[in-house]
Formats: sequence, C-alpha cells, structure tokens
Amino acid sequence: MKMANTLRSAARALRRNKMRSFLTMLGIIIGVAAVIAMLALGQGAEYSVKQQISALGTNVLIIFPGSQQQGTVRFGAGSVTTLTEDDARAITEECPAVAYVSPGSRAGGQVVAGNLNWGTIVEGTGADYLFIRQWAVEYGEFYTEPDVKAAAKVCVLGGTVADALFPDATPVGQTIRIRNVPVKVIGVLARKGQNAMGMDQDDVILAPYTTVLRRMSHFPYLRQILVSAVSTEAIPEAQRQVTELLRQRHKITPWAEDDFTIRNQADIVATATETTKILTVLLAGIASVSLFVGGIGIMNIMLVSVTERTREIGIRMAVGARGTDILAQFLVEALALSLIGGLLGIGLGLAGSSLITNLAQWPTIITPLSVALSFGFAFVVGIFFGFYPARKAANLNPIEALRYE
Amino acid sequence: MDPIPAADSPLIRIEGLVKTYSLGEVEVPALRGLSLEVQRGEFVAIMGASGSGKSTFMNLLGCLDVPSRGSYHLEGVDVGRLSRDQLARIRNRRIGFVFQGFNLLSRTSALENVELPLLYDTVSNAERHRRAAAALERVGLGDRMRHYPNQLSGGQQQRVAIARALVNDPSIVLADEPTGNLDSRTSVEILGLFQQLNAQGITVILVTHEPDIAQFAGRHIVFRDGRIRSDRANPSPRRAAEVLADMPESEDEEEAA
Repeated sequence: MKMANTLRSAARALRRNKMRSFLTMLGIIIGVAAVIAMLALGQGAEYSVKQQISALGTNVLIIFPGSQQQGTVRFGAGSVTTLTEDDARAITEECPAVAYVSPGSRAGGQVVAGNLNWGTIVEGTGADYLFIRQWAVEYGEFYTEPDVKAAAKVCVLGGTVADALFPDATPVGQTIRIRNVPVKVIGVLARKGQNAMGMDQDDVILAPYTTVLRRMSHFPYLRQILVSAVSTEAIPEAQRQVTELLRQRHKITPWAEDDFTIRNQADIVATATETTKILTVLLAGIASVSLFVGGIGIMNIMLVSVTERTREIGIRMAVGARGTDILAQFLVEALALSLIGGLLGIGLGLAGSSLITNLAQWPTIITPLSVALSFGFAFVVGIFFGFYPARKAANLNPIEALRYE
Repeated sequence: MDPIPAADSPLIRIEGLVKTYSLGEVEVPALRGLSLEVQRGEFVAIMGASGSGKSTFMNLLGCLDVPSRGSYHLEGVDVGRLSRDQLARIRNRRIGFVFQGFNLLSRTSALENVELPLLYDTVSNAERHRRAAAALERVGLGDRMRHYPNQLSGGQQQRVAIARALVNDPSIVLADEPTGNLDSRTSVEILGLFQQLNAQGITVILVTHEPDIAQFAGRHIVFRDGRIRSDRANPSPRRAAEVLADMPESEDEEEAA
C-alpha cells in the first residue's frame, strides 16, 4: 500500500476511537512532558549553580589547612592547624601570580544591638577581601589594612544582619556586641542573595580577621586563606607558587603529602556542575520511566485493537494485503499515537517548565537537544512497542481471521 | 514476479488435491484427493453438507491456503509453490471474494469498501475512485456510493461486496454462501447479478448447501467426506430474471430503495 494511503487509514482508525486514542497518547504526552521539564529543571539548576559560583569571585583559590596523620590514620581537612598569619603574609610577598590575599578566621554566635539580637557568623577577613570576592559596600566603608593590623573593633554587616538588627535605624555608626565585644559598624555590604547551596550570603558579619582571632575566637590559627590570581590564566601558576611556598615554609619533605589543600574556582564549578549533571540525568531517567510506561500503554491498546479488528485484517488479507501491508498499517498507527503524543508532550513540557519557573522561581532552561531527545525517545518507544502487535496482526492466518467473531 | 497466464490452459486445473489439518498429534483429512478442471466463463455451484470439505476447497481455490499434496494450477500457475506475498498478489489481482456475512468494513463508505483491493495494488487515487465507482454502477448501486454498510440493506451490502470482488477484474469470483443471510427474493436478485456477470464472461464459483440456489448454476459439483461425489452439467439453469417476475415485491427492498 502506498504510504499516503497507509497514513490516511491510520488517521481514520485513530479518529474512530477518539477517547481511547487520546488516553493512549496521554501516557506519551506525560512522559515526554516530564522528560522535557526535568531536563529543563536540571539544566536550569546547572546554569544557576555555575552563575552563583562565579559570583563568588573569579580567579579565586582557597587554601585550607590540611589533614593530620597519625600512623596510617588520616583526619579530615582542617584537622591540623597549619595555616598562620605569617603564611598569609609570605604569600603576599613571595607569590607574583597572586594578586590579593585575605586570611580567614571565623567566629559564630549571638550578636546584640540594643534590645535586638541575631545569631550569625562573623567572618574574619583581610582588607582585600572585597576585591577577591568581587563584592562591594553599599553604605559606609570597609576596614583598611591599619584596622586589620590593629585588630580594630569594627565590622561590616551583611544585608540580612543589618535588617535583623537595625530594622528602622541606619546601622553605620552604631555599636553592636559580638561575644560581648563591642564592635562599631562602619558599613553595610551590597546584597548577594543565595549561594549555590541555597545559603543566604548576606547573613554574615565581616570583621578584620585579627579582631576575630584575638578578641572573639581566641584561636591562633587561620581557618583558610583566600587568594586571587592575577588572571584566570594565572590560576595554575598561582596554585603552584603557593604550594611550593607553603611546602617550604612548613618544611615538608619532598615525598610527604601537603599539610594543606588548595581548591580553585574551576574545581568547585566542575564539582558543582558534576553534581547537578547527575541530578539532571537522574530526574530525566525517572521521567523517562513514565515514557516507557506510556509505551506499554500503546502496546496494550494496539494488542486490543488487533484483536478487535481481526476480521478487518482477514478481509484486507483476502483482498490482497500482504503481511507487510498489515504490519505497516498497525505500526503506523502506533507511531502516530506516540508521535502526536510526543508533539503534545513537548507543548505540555514547555508550558510546565515555564510554570515551574513562574510559580517556584526555579530557573529552567529548554535546549533544542532536550526537545529532540525526548521526541526521539517517543519515536523509539512507538516503534518498539508498536512492532509486536503489528507483527501479530501481520502473521494472522487469513482464514481464521475471516472466521473470527 | 507476476505469473504469466498460459492462454491455452484451463482456468483451474486441480490434480490429486489433498488437504490435511493437524490437530495436535492427529492428522485430520479435509480433502482426500480430488481432481477437476474449470474453464473460463463457467458458473459452478459447489454443494455438500457441512464437513464435506467444500469450505476447505474454497479456501484453496481462493489462495488463502495451500494444498498439502497434489497441485492447483490457476491460469497455469502452480499456486502450491508460491510464497505468502505471491499468494496475496494472486488474491489481489485474480480472485474476487464474496462471503456469506458480506465482510464489509464498517464505518467505511461503500465506495471505500470497493476501493479496498485497489489500495493494495499500484493504482493512482483517481483511477481507484473511477474503477470503484464503475464497479458500484455495475451492481446497480451508483446512487449509494457514500452510504455506510449500516445504512444499506442486506442485499445492497452484498452488492457492495460483489462490486469489491469485481473491481480488480478478477479471473474468478468465489462466492461462499452469498445468499445465506438474505431473504429469498433478495437471494434471487443476487443470483441474477451473478448470472449477469457470468454472461459478461466472468467465471463464478459458488458454494451453497441449498439445492434451490444451485439450480441457477450451469454445473453442479457435490462434495462428500472430502471427495467429489458427483460433477455434472446443469443443462437448464433457472433464469433469475424469470423467477423474480413470478415473486411478490419485497418489503425490505422497497424500504431501502
């Protein structure tokens, strides 16, 4: 039979049972829509993670104190306290590939301003911290190198903390108490919003790291050193220079492991995108299960259809339809179900994705590839699940088919 | 690919035809060896009780099945040697089927039902419509082309089926109890149509268990227990046109007309 006639006869057969055809398609529609929406969600997450990590500042290297080893037992990162203020100073002076250095310390606790209080984190940083993080002060000013040297009792508030402690007043110029240390607020940071992990980056107080170390945490070692390379290209060189310098300063013999860890922005981005990629694959995988189930629905209905139309098949065979004609007829019907379902599913997937973005404020990204992928999957499902019923129809014995009641 | 008909051979030549069905371990013989020839332009009635093998014989004649032993030559072609697809082609081009239950596709117009065999042939859409319409005209349903089977009387449905059998210009029309579901007047009308087609040169082979119906054919073959019991010419077949003239008008046909 000619293809155009086969198509026409398939369209007629599907129209004959409109409700049934639609319900059969629904499985594919939902499957394709789910795959598209999940891919869109995953890729949206991947994109925003990348965005937010680069918002952390570019060219950034983070140096953590390394792991301690006793015999063969190795403790986690930070279990040994090896990073000192002198290390930070040495990096500033001796590593030409490094642009800015900001030693880091941290204290947590309840912060009090007047009759209000707020639990937050106090990040001790160097004076160049904002350059490394590519952050800015919105009101007031940031502390300077002399403030850091003098462990001055000054701080800069993140937007969230400023809101919490000074809902009505201007924070700049006020004094707050951090762990019973009175500290003067000299500035408020511009808002950054959530980070990749969903944490509020504005829920923080910045203070000179010396102030945090000496007046709040009373702990002589640095928690980390934040370093920025002079350029993106210089990141590996900066990492090499810092590694060399610190090994030398920590007197690490050539075959021994580093007692510190350096992570750079690219690694973090790679790790985070790897995670969201896994998430995307997982989501799409789960969604494609429903597409698979939709395919089983097609097979089920096609089998019913072949049984119902046994007599029709017999008539067609008697007047000269070959096995391949019958096979083509039923395969085209199954394919039509899955492809029309696929098209409607794409529409539903696009609509669903924009609904997710609008209602849940989650970013979604639809790529032509994900649309093509899910539609292609629907096609494969149609062929795969349509073939068995179609072959069953084609292999019917015409005499028995004609006699079928 | 297309079998070339040999002009000098009989239309149908059957020699030592045997058909057995295996029901599990048991071999059940349906046809126990029969030989016959049918010439072009004959009107043959095949008679016999149920179980006599006449249905099996019709399936073999119609190339829906192949013999277990013996040979069946249709227009000089040994059907027993053909593949499934080649058999489908023979059915499509050389054989027209008319069934007791009409076997029309429901929710499909008369015209489209008649077009069905042409869909499996290489015929353009315009040519297909033209030939199907001509076939419907030929059976007297030129004004019912767009009707659906459920809008037609039994006799009209059988006419559509006959038009479908004719549309590919077959060598034989095989009719299996074509009047079994029809009242007596409509039956005679359908037989009249067969006689008319036969007069135009079409070979008609009709299976029936009613001697009355067989009276309209020019040759009677009687089957019993898978063998031919008798095969003789009917020198004076009844004329459907004359029989009709003596019958009262049918209410059913009036209503449907």
